Amino acid sequence: MRSSGDWNRASWGGRIAAFAGLAFLHLPVWVILLYAFTTEDRTYQFPPPGLTLRWFEVAFAREDIWAALRLSLSVAAVATAMALVLGTLAAFALARSRFRGRDAITLLFVLPIALPGIITGIALLSAFKLGGIQPGFWTIVTGHATFCIVIVHNNVIARLRRLPPSWIEASMDLGADGTQTFLYVLLPQIATALLAGGMLAFALSFDEIIVTLFTAGHERTLPIWFFNELFRPRERPITNVVAVTVVLVTLVPILLAYWLTRQGHADERN
Amino acid sequence: MTGVQGMQAGGADTAPPAAAAIELLELSRSFGPVRALDRVSLTIAPGEFFALLGPSGSGKTTCLRLIAGFDRPSDGRILLDGADVTDVPPFERNVNTVFQDYALFPHMTVAENVAYGPKVRGVAAATRHRQALEVLELVRLESLAGRTPAQLSGGQKQRVALARALVNRPKVLLLDEPLGALDLRLREEMQTELKLLQHRLGITFVFVTHDQGEALSMADRVAVFRDGRIEQLDTPRGLYVRPRTAFVARFVGSANVVEAAAAARITGTAQAFAIRPEQIEVLPDDAPLPEGAVGCSGELADIQYHGATSRWHVRLDDGLVLSAVRAEAATPGPTPQAGGRVRLAWSRDSLVPLADG
Repeated sequence: MRSSGDWNRASWGGRIAAFAGLAFLHLPVWVILLYAFTTEDRTYQFPPPGLTLRWFEVAFAREDIWAALRLSLSVAAVATAMALVLGTLAAFALARSRFRGRDAITLLFVLPIALPGIITGIALLSAFKLGGIQPGFWTIVTGHATFCIVIVHNNVIARLRRLPPSWIEASMDLGADGTQTFLYVLLPQIATALLAGGMLAFALSFDEIIVTLFTAGHERTLPIWFFNELFRPRERPITNVVAVTVVLVTLVPILLAYWLTRQGHADERN
Repeated sequence: MTGVQGMQAGGADTAPPAAAAIELLELSRSFGPVRALDRVSLTIAPGEFFALLGPSGSGKTTCLRLIAGFDRPSDGRILLDGADVTDVPPFERNVNTVFQDYALFPHMTVAENVAYGPKVRGVAAATRHRQALEVLELVRLESLAGRTPAQLSGGQKQRVALARALVNRPKVLLLDEPLGALDLRLREEMQTELKLLQHRLGITFVFVTHDQGEALSMADRVAVFRDGRIEQLDTPRGLYVRPRTAFVARFVGSANVVEAAAAARITGTAQAFAIRPEQIEVLPDDAPLPEGAVGCSGELADIQYHGATSRWHVRLDDGLVLSAVRAEAATPGPTPQAGGRVRLAWSRDSLVPLADG
């Protein structure tokens, strides 16, 4: 029906506003993409005087970039692994059992993600100094784990709360102990939540800068490398090259996570 | 028919065989200040089809969950096959459960669901698959072995849940409102099927229901729960013919319950009693009272016609409403009209004295 379709349709003004909003969000990324190929290395002159692939060659030859990338990837991987284990355990404890002070513990647990990063950073730095711990790889990982755990916990607990308690009882009833029930019944049910939570945690850790600045000591993660590059305008296209590469590399797991979790939801509905 | 099934009214007084399938001793369960189950003792014989009947909140489901091991009693002991299992976790009890919501695992096929019990007990893949298909054949679902639970109807899910619980060959099968989610036709079909299955397997079935019709038609014995206690434990016929309290008379038989004060006016004795609708005769107001009968008169308030029978509601002069059921064939002459005066009569023998409550 035409008439019923018309009232449900957005006005032209609304559509233009929506597209303008999208453009505002995405155009800067395209600017970076464009200026990764420019022949002019000092200013953002539009249009670029010429296009070249030279900066890719230069960037790939730079050992400091590779070192920063390696550090960021390993920090994100270790922080995510810790978060997957600890976040899942916490979610099980807080979703399934009833005990005094459970709500208070939930709040304390989720708080690190609500706290400004600068507070977490200063607090951790003071604590590390107090404990005589030298900042380095593991202090960065610890800093990132504080919020990565919350991400995984939130994802897993949301899924657990939707599971009927009778599934666990049915599994126990049929002879499965706690470990078997977890492996055969619960893990398949929370797998997509773990995947989504894990990827989100990885992505957050990968580009975290505030907490990292306080906890990194002399280490340079990729975001810190970017931050330092701002003071060297001559190398601007190289920064853009690295940025474009990072965008491409992170897009793959994010799209994968989106696709996998969507599959999971489609199954539940049928 | 086994001896248990052949028991007549009064079976509650007959002592069950020595090695009971289930024995509950003074079992209690409190949730905070609420006593969901209050010192319940119960003995269920091997091979018995036993119903826990009661309204919601009466403690019947709590009782079932304690037997399964999902919950732990505040007090009392649970014996299965003579052994004390009060502190044994559910995965070590030789008892399986059919859940009200079926609790099928959505990420497994029908066959995998049924094979889950053998799998966690370490049975090899090929063997457990064969076992699963055997049990699925028992519930006539072997053709759906490859489906997932999402692709099944309610009745089919029910059968899969049944097969999954039976695959471990339990001594006792617990069923929590097994037919509650099914529509009427399917429910009647499953009642017959469950009964046949139980005869065939000889396993003790314990099922929880709030539907007295279901309890009466399927069970060998019924425990009627009220407020965490067993109000009466009897055969279906015993419950129907000789309810001990007003609660049982109303809940099980939809009988007329006459409290002590009103009873004094009708029978001359201040003793509460129940009288079943089909035992009340409706006579014209001026008819003489039959020999040895009790009677009273009142105004015919309403007639509900059900086809084979009709239910007559008669308001006595003191306001009490009694209902009488008459068979269609047994209605001679002109039918009295609503608003007319009639006389009710019943034999003194059909009156069931009740304890208070």
